[in-house]
Amino acid sequence: MDLPHHGYRATKPRARAAPPAADSVLFEDTSSVGPAMNSQGYYTPGYNMEGASNIQEGPGMNNLFADPMASAAMMYGSSLANQGKDMVNKEISRFMSVNKLKYFFAVDTRYVLKKLMILMFPYTHQDWEVRYHRDTPLPPRQDVNAPDLYIPTMAFITYILLAGMALGIQKRFSPEVLGLCASTALVWIIIEVLVMLLSLYLLTIHSDLSTFDLIAYSGYKYVGMIFVVMGGLLFGSDGYFVALAWSSCALMFFIVRSLKMKILPSLSSDSMGTGSSAKPQLRLYVTAATAIFQPIIIYWLTSHLVR
Amino acid sequence: MAFTLYSLIQTAILCTNAIAVLHEERFLSKVGWAVDQGVGGFGDDPGIKAQILTLIRSVRTVMRVPLIIVNSACIVLLLLFG
Repeated sequence: MDLPHHGYRATKPRARAAPPAADSVLFEDTSSVGPAMNSQGYYTPGYNMEGASNIQEGPGMNNLFADPMASAAMMYGSSLANQGKDMVNKEISRFMSVNKLKYFFAVDTRYVLKKLMILMFPYTHQDWEVRYHRDTPLPPRQDVNAPDLYIPTMAFITYILLAGMALGIQKRFSPEVLGLCASTALVWIIIEVLVMLLSLYLLTIHSDLSTFDLIAYSGYKYVGMIFVVMGGLLFGSDGYFVALAWSSCALMFFIVRSLKMKILPSLSSDSMGTGSSAKPQLRLYVTAATAIFQPIIIYWLTSHLVR
Repeated sequence: MAFTLYSLIQTAILCTNAIAVLHEERFLSKVGWAVDQGVGGFGDDPGIKAQILTLIRSVRTVMRVPLIIVNSACIVLLLLFG
């Protein structure tokens, strides 16, 4: 008895503009009020139509044009929705360009699998160069070296869920701890990205690393963290340290190889040879510091989970 | 250490305030970090000290008004809610 009822409810947004003719009594009585009554009439059709037919769209489309009030209401509602959508888009595009963000999420399964393999075992990967196509970097779908934001986002969420599970296994779980864990990890990412941006600015390293690239490279450590937590949960303390050592080495190698391509070769574009003697070392220090920071933060964020 | 988002906001406000308080004449000149005079070389390498000074000056210029607003809001909220 409930099921067709729910079925009609589920398709309500699509059938919203199609009040059934069987309920014309409601609309005729209050037609002077107009759209306000339409919104209240939405929920009662469910009760009347549930036995009527399985094809909600068929009679709905006929009734759409039969009742001018409902079609006027639908057009008003859809124009309102479009206005809202345009406003939201305009506001968001003031802060960050959505196209650039879309580039980072243009992934497919093959890319994700290959990237995860490289993150965990980067020693056999030969070519670390990010490929370009007429000055724009190729999207991650076509270039396995391109940074993406899909893997870091998913890994971050998985890490939070795993942390909750690990705490629950040790009977230390409460919902606040989950939020605390999430916000701590987020704050550490923000700190790391800000420090990286600051060091890139202060040392006048003109690389093409945008903020999103840095967020992506910082987020790759969550894959290592997931591996470490899983190792700790499955194999106890020994497994934790083995997994920590493995993923630290892999992540350090990955970060050094990836950032070396981006930070260090831009040295060659500087024509001034006088001041550049100090620069290669500073750039190397930046890369090395980023790499060293990864295992430290992995240990810091996971050690309290695996006791 | 466990960070909440509130502590992040607090840290950001405190750090920005700290940078904005460094006055040009009264303090930075005394220390020797005056208006960056070494901009003469228009090569692409201003050096770390010049970069820091530029950063301090730009933070001071850009964040002056928003900091006034945010600090006032903070004061009111802390007075009301402790």
